[in-house]
Amino acid sequence: MLEVRGLSKSFGALRACDGIDFDVREGETHAVIGPNGAGKTTFISQLAGNLRPDTGTVRFAGADITALPAPRRARLGLARSFQITSVYPEFSALDNVALAVQAHSGHSFRFWRAAQGDPALAGPAERVLEQVGLQHRKSILAANLAHGEQRQLEVAMALATEPRLLLLDEPMAGMGSEESQRMIGLLARLKQTKTIILVEHDMDAVFRLADRISVLVYGRVIATDVPERIKLNEEVRKAYLGEDL
Amino acid sequence: MKLRLLLWGIAVLLLVALPPVVLAIGQPFYLDLARRILILAIAAISLNLILGYGGLVSFGHAAYLGVGAYTVGIMGFYGITSGWLQWPVAIVASALVALAIGAVSIRTSGIYFIMITLAFTQMLYYLGISIAEFGGDDGMRLKSKSLFPGLIDLRDPVAFYYLTLGLMLVSVFLVHRLVNSRFGMVLRAAKSNDARTRAIGFSPYPYRLAAFVIAGAMCGLAGALYANHTNYITPGLMSWQQSGDIMFMVILGGMATTAGPVLGAFVLLLLEDLLSAWTQHWQVILGPLLILSVIFFRRGLAGIFYKADA
Repeated sequence: MLEVRGLSKSFGALRACDGIDFDVREGETHAVIGPNGAGKTTFISQLAGNLRPDTGTVRFAGADITALPAPRRARLGLARSFQITSVYPEFSALDNVALAVQAHSGHSFRFWRAAQGDPALAGPAERVLEQVGLQHRKSILAANLAHGEQRQLEVAMALATEPRLLLLDEPMAGMGSEESQRMIGLLARLKQTKTIILVEHDMDAVFRLADRISVLVYGRVIATDVPERIKLNEEVRKAYLGEDL
Repeated sequence: MKLRLLLWGIAVLLLVALPPVVLAIGQPFYLDLARRILILAIAAISLNLILGYGGLVSFGHAAYLGVGAYTVGIMGFYGITSGWLQWPVAIVASALVALAIGAVSIRTSGIYFIMITLAFTQMLYYLGISIAEFGGDDGMRLKSKSLFPGLIDLRDPVAFYYLTLGLMLVSVFLVHRLVNSRFGMVLRAAKSNDARTRAIGFSPYPYRLAAFVIAGAMCGLAGALYANHTNYITPGLMSWQQSGDIMFMVILGGMATTAGPVLGAFVLLLLEDLLSAWTQHWQVILGPLLILSVIFFRRGLAGIFYKADA
């Protein structure tokens, strides 16, 4: 589904990504882990189209998307959530998701009819909110949602675009343990029907959800394997020295 | 919502009742002032579309006021006095100028956007000054007001006032519909969170450009009205002070609110009139008042009514 070959990106003298090869198979949940500063965010930004790689290619569903900007990739079915919560604070939860639905229902050069309350947008948006368990909060302004709920809303916005590949950048970031458990439950349900790339620090979540794990250290993928074998990998243990896998 | 509709109703009634009242008390000057306010309110409404809802801080909105006015003036100069021709051409010309300026400037953001829109407008301003045939620095006199035979005679101040009032209300309604449509949602979303908007699949550029052109066209109409209002067109209509005035109406009245630009136009211009009658150093008083109002009314004057409504 996604094929990355020889992806490199430097910022000055810093090689944030150094010849990354990376594959995601249809239907799998592929986790990307690595210590801080390993280049995870740089890597993700290049997958989503926010950063252009220096060299290397990204192929998605058979097409070369290396040169496509983020909106085009999103319309092809590559949806992302952000590490730092990124919603529309002054819109209601429902309107946040409805906008994501709207982005994938043709052009938006429609100038007259009110968008809010349009059943073609609100209907699918409500279904997605229900999927992530936010339906009872739909008319609350996103700014007034709890942090965990905003993270759920992020996932809902990604889902509403009916993506073929979900790119989740630390969905558990900043969550309490109860909120984390709820998010893990949600992702466990999603992974049954979706292809997911999961970047996460929460090892508990990674080992419960991932079918395969790639370990990123100093801009290189040092290992890609099933969780059981990643746990036993010597190099990975060295990279995570002192941390319990 | 109901309260807001009621307030709109009262405001419209007052504006409709204004001509007979000021004529009865023998103060036709105020009809003139109110018409000028309504015309500039249209300009402010159009700026609010891109500034308030779109987050595009255009510091050159007076350009379209000027293009609209000069279109009427120049067509009149060549003997074309039909309003049915002049006004649509004024609107289209302003839209085209907005298309050209927007196509370049919307690729930038922040301070660069402000500076580029300002620079384009200054170019037009100096163009206005340099073309001697159309009056140059001195401006040009309109030989005849735009003619709408059989429909309306703009020489009749009351009829002209009601036409302006009608067009102002249509502008309010138009922008209100626009910002709540799918198009408007994209525009507002792109202002709220650009990265998020791209990530869900929108390229903001064409939507912003379309809004910029619509705003330009609407302001061009205000320009056409203004030319007929003053009978005299000067490059000063395109000066950066004029752009600043329009921008201030929007900010004072309340960005991204329906009533904001109208309220802002009325308060700013009435204060200006009141204070200038009182002292010639009225700007010394107006300046601090404006600063205080921005500090204390975070959502502008219209924000007061939002609170009352909530």
